Amino acid sequence: MAKHSVQPGEVIDGFTVGECVHSGGMATLWSVTRPDLATPLLMKIPRVSEGEDPAAIVSFEMEQMILPRLSGPHVPACHGTGDFAHQAYVVIEPIPGTTLYSRLGELPLPYEEARVIAWKIAVALADLHRQNVIHHDIKPSSIMFRPTGEAVLIDYGLSHHNQLPDLLQEEFRIPYGTAPYMAPERLLGVRDDPRGDLFSLGVLLYFFTTGVRPFGETETLRGMRRRLWRDPQPPRKLKADYPPWLQEIVLRCLEIEPVWRYPTASQLAFELAHPDQIKLTARSERLQRDPLSTVWRRRFNGNVSQSRGKADVAAQLDAGPIVAIALDTTEGSLALNEALRVTTQRILATLPSARLACLNVLKLGRVTIDRTLDEAGNNKHIDRLVALRHWASPLKLDESRLTVHVLEAIDPAAAILEFAEANHVDHIVIGARQSSLRRTLLGSVSAKVAAEAACTVTVVRPPRLDSLHEQESEDGNPAEARA
Amino acid sequence: MRLAVFTDIHANRQAFEACLDHARARGAERMICLGDYVGYGADPEWTVETVMGLVESGGLAVRGNHDSAIGTPSESMNAEGQAVIEWTRGRLSAAQRRFLAELPFVEQEEDRLYVHSEASNPNRWRYVQNATDAARSIISTEARVSFCGHIHRPALYSMSSTAKITSFIPTADVPVQLSGSRQWLAVVGSVGQPRDGNPAAAFAMFDTETREISYCRVPYDIEAAAMRIRENGLPHWLADRLSVGR
Repeated sequence: MAKHSVQPGEVIDGFTVGECVHSGGMATLWSVTRPDLATPLLMKIPRVSEGEDPAAIVSFEMEQMILPRLSGPHVPACHGTGDFAHQAYVVIEPIPGTTLYSRLGELPLPYEEARVIAWKIAVALADLHRQNVIHHDIKPSSIMFRPTGEAVLIDYGLSHHNQLPDLLQEEFRIPYGTAPYMAPERLLGVRDDPRGDLFSLGVLLYFFTTGVRPFGETETLRGMRRRLWRDPQPPRKLKADYPPWLQEIVLRCLEIEPVWRYPTASQLAFELAHPDQIKLTARSERLQRDPLSTVWRRRFNGNVSQSRGKADVAAQLDAGPIVAIALDTTEGSLALNEALRVTTQRILATLPSARLACLNVLKLGRVTIDRTLDEAGNNKHIDRLVALRHWASPLKLDESRLTVHVLEAIDPAAAILEFAEANHVDHIVIGARQSSLRRTLLGSVSAKVAAEAACTVTVVRPPRLDSLHEQESEDGNPAEARA
Repeated sequence: MRLAVFTDIHANRQAFEACLDHARARGAERMICLGDYVGYGADPEWTVETVMGLVESGGLAVRGNHDSAIGTPSESMNAEGQAVIEWTRGRLSAAQRRFLAELPFVEQEEDRLYVHSEASNPNRWRYVQNATDAARSIISTEARVSFCGHIHRPALYSMSSTAKITSFIPTADVPVQLSGSRQWLAVVGSVGQPRDGNPAAAFAMFDTETREISYCRVPYDIEAAAMRIRENGLPHWLADRLSVGR
């Protein structure tokens, strides 16, 4: 194993080492260049000399395994790795600016600003989880932002990849990570549940909106274990003006049992993007922590499920998709809307954690000036929302899993596609218009959505009628046409 | 160099053919066979002939317990397993029997070790069932990467410089880079009789340059292999288990 220190001017696997830009406890960072890469590069080199914490090496090995597999705007691009057999390193894209840690002096932040920050982090987490990786060290100093606004998650030394060996599983007798942000199940050795990251994001959001860490700054195992049974002070107790929707989100992220948190980071991002649609529960109004009787029961009955099989991250995400249903609420869509409901019921029956977003497009005229009120003086927007809820009510869906949205647009297909993109919708269900005259004149919305969406699209049609078969059959024999 | 590693073929011609095709299509340059070419399945002559051909063209083979039992009856084998061995012995030519009897228990090249069961005591035929078994094998060798089979269930173990063991059930076709800072034990799944609940034939590919290992799963004509077992009057449960992978 190489132990010499790197010198400026040295060439490692084609990378020319420049200056040392950071010297941390576990690693040093160097600016490097390679003739064929025009972008600036950063080389991270672990400290591996005798007497160093073995954790530094193992963390670095994890980072080396995981970083080259990641892609997208929410991770630093990886341009190369070097093995411990020669010189261990990773070369990554430097992200300009500072981490979220630099904002700690400004806490608490305004609620709206904190909401946007948390939303960006949740979007980044959703993208990371979709790549089978759990970050396990979400905290302000792990988060940066691109000039274009996207959150970038850095430092994968404690991460878990669901399809790669977890080198940290046996390395430490005590859970390794950043104590104030660590999810309770981590203290029991659980490393394969992505909802641990949602807990850490909840801690961050609590801290950024109240200026106080929900579980203090304790670093002792004993102090950390308290979060297995003791819930934090509700933010509203600390700040009287704390919005109920925000407390609902924060306390749901901080639920002790992972199963009571949001099922996926995508769903949390969805809530943070639509604060006006959040279903408020008793959580949102709480001013006190749980009564001692509850705390004792948790403490002595071992509430957080301890023995579980191997979790499949992809399967867990698949069980909690965001499904968008595009509905036409105007006259004459009854049969189609019934068919859409039947299809939706089938989808929900197999996906216990799915959430449903019901969409309706209020079409704006290209030339005419649209009025919010119709001729009879009713508010069109509100009418549509009521109609959407009415359509969804037979589904008997818990309200926390249902949202309704009226989009105002000139081009309905574009509006649906834009909504799906912005909200990371996993599945769009849309009806196909049967009236061929309208379809010929206006073009098919469902065809455009099906062709251009980035996710799965199900196109629904009402049950076919026998008379249709007869018309379609060339020789006029309906039995043959059905065969 | 890209190595393809096959183990526990157990005279299943259909499975072995499918794996060889798959490995060649993926650019395998050298074939490594970790033993148990015979037993359970109905095509021992073809299988041993094929392994002999692979060795002749630069491949490598070590001996498994079923191969050993052809020459020396084994006490550890159950009665039905023993019955199939008797049947197999009658099918093999003298040259094929000699090939099996002369195979080494263990082979080493560069920083790699190949063995059928595990490295600490290759002719004791102990299974690597957990991290403790893996540790026993890893500490007995200097090799950075050991390959073994015998258990018919794929796994990947590693030991850090501080002697901490990790265990992992590999995901099919997701390559894992074997870091040079630790020792690894790659337990390869069975070609001819998978027992991890997935009936597809299993083998592994290892790239000695990138140090990436891929655990591959290959669908094959299970019904044909099962039919051969039944046709030859071998115990029916040996045919039945192929389709469930248990």
